[in-house]
Amino acid sequence: MAEKRPPRIGENPLFRGTIISIVLILVALVIVAPLIVIGVEAFSKGWAYFATTIGQADTRHAIFLTAVTALIAVPINTAFGIAAAWAITKFDFPGRRLLLIAIEIPFSISPIVAGVSYLFVYGLQGLFGEALQSADVKILFALPGIVLASMFVTAPFVARELIPLMQAQGRDLEEAATSLGASGFRTFFSVTLPNIKWALLYGIILCNSRVMGEFGAVSVVSGNIRGQTNTLPLHIELLYHDYNAIGAFAAASILALLAIVTLIAKVILERRGAGRVRRPSLAGAAQKPETLT
Amino acid sequence: MARRILPGLPLTLGITLVYAAIIIALPLGALVFKAASLGPEDYWRIVSSERAVASYRVTILCAAAATLFNLVFGMALAWVLVRYRFPGRRIVDALVDLPFALPTAVAGIALTTLFASNGWFGGPLSAIGIKVAYTPLGIIIAMAFTSLPFIVRTVQPVLEELDPALEEAGQTLGATDLEIFSRVLLPQLVPALLAGLSLSFARSLGEFGAIIFIAGNQPFETEITALLAFIRLEEYDYPASAAIASVMLIAAFMMLAVTNLLQARALRYTEKG
Repeated sequence: MAEKRPPRIGENPLFRGTIISIVLILVALVIVAPLIVIGVEAFSKGWAYFATTIGQADTRHAIFLTAVTALIAVPINTAFGIAAAWAITKFDFPGRRLLLIAIEIPFSISPIVAGVSYLFVYGLQGLFGEALQSADVKILFALPGIVLASMFVTAPFVARELIPLMQAQGRDLEEAATSLGASGFRTFFSVTLPNIKWALLYGIILCNSRVMGEFGAVSVVSGNIRGQTNTLPLHIELLYHDYNAIGAFAAASILALLAIVTLIAKVILERRGAGRVRRPSLAGAAQKPETLT
Repeated sequence: MARRILPGLPLTLGITLVYAAIIIALPLGALVFKAASLGPEDYWRIVSSERAVASYRVTILCAAAATLFNLVFGMALAWVLVRYRFPGRRIVDALVDLPFALPTAVAGIALTTLFASNGWFGGPLSAIGIKVAYTPLGIIIAMAFTSLPFIVRTVQPVLEELDPALEEAGQTLGATDLEIFSRVLLPQLVPALLAGLSLSFARSLGEFGAIIFIAGNQPFETEITALLAFIRLEEYDYPASAAIASVMLIAAFMMLAVTNLLQARALRYTEKG
């Protein structure tokens, strides 16, 4: 910012004050109020009641299942994201742009459509249903189905943070490292990874937040078996429909806290440059990366 | 030019393709296969049934209304965040992403509680005769909440990069602020706005978790298409569920094409400037 700023529109104090006030009030009503109501409802009968609700076996199991799902789905999607970003940004091959679009598809698809689709693969009426049943392998209404549906929904998260950044960074450093005799893995870990670590962490955090909060896709494939296949978001629905509003909001407050932690981590990582390489379109970025700072 | 000295193409491309095939392509293919095995007559009967068409109408109209709200609010929010310095600006900037970070089921029960007739907002609103929860208005609010960040985040970077000289020129020529905004700034923002609009609309079409709590879910009145696909599943009417889900899939692919087109245009526009 230069010291002498040219006059710009919208600097009229009356207009400025009015529009800032209107926007702040709307932010308070639309964004902050839902957050506050969660806390107020969760603690409406005090700490002790909150603690008992959270401590119930079904809720504890839901928290456990959500954590296990994230522990499986997030590392796999991270590995996929790194592999996809490496393949797409370090090489030229036909169909590269198509692959980019294919990876982004889960973003555009309703979680319900994702869940229904998985049913037609692994469900009894699906492609592998009978084979799976005769082999006595349970995928749907069990942990594997929940993990698979979560992986579908969050497949693009890590790749979409890495691809524009690695595109912008080019291939020179890696080419220098390998020509000096470094192996592929050595090149990745000592040359590429230090340059992408914040963006990678950023993608992992967003991916984790979505996996832990996914509702629609998981609700189709989990079967909602209380204390068995209920993840935390599904458990919230169950409690809510049981007219146990405090229990629902107590469980919801855990996920709301996760959301706040995610936002804080996001701000910190953005200060370190993650999420800064913007690309209005992944497909467009395959040709021309855009770096805005 | 065609030197390819970096290692790892077979490994990384292999992982990418296998993963994309198993996790993304296989289920979507299975859905299309299931819907296609219905035959054209049955398929058409299901997707054009009165209840299905009513759900498309509810979903599309509410998504359009929510997107319109986000257009105005998102634009104003982006403007305020970029143009002015005020206490708490960074917090507001971070809060914009809350709808993406907050799980949809959590948003759903929070919004329902706020807008129920005994809620903080629902109480005063019902006193003046406006019912929100369990009406289409509730659906619109849930959709607007979950898709709010899109327009802010597509417009914000463009607004940051606008050349101040253009505004100065307008002022030198004696134009009013409103004229400068509508004739100099707005045209430059249109590509980003359109891209944000299509993202926001597409997200609203597919939203499920936040809506089902607040919608009331009455067939023909407040039943969205995603819920209808879910209900058919719970009734063990798998063909109907596949058919309705396939309609949503087609709509999603159409929106994806539109979004990519608009974003490519927005990108070209940014680069020219």
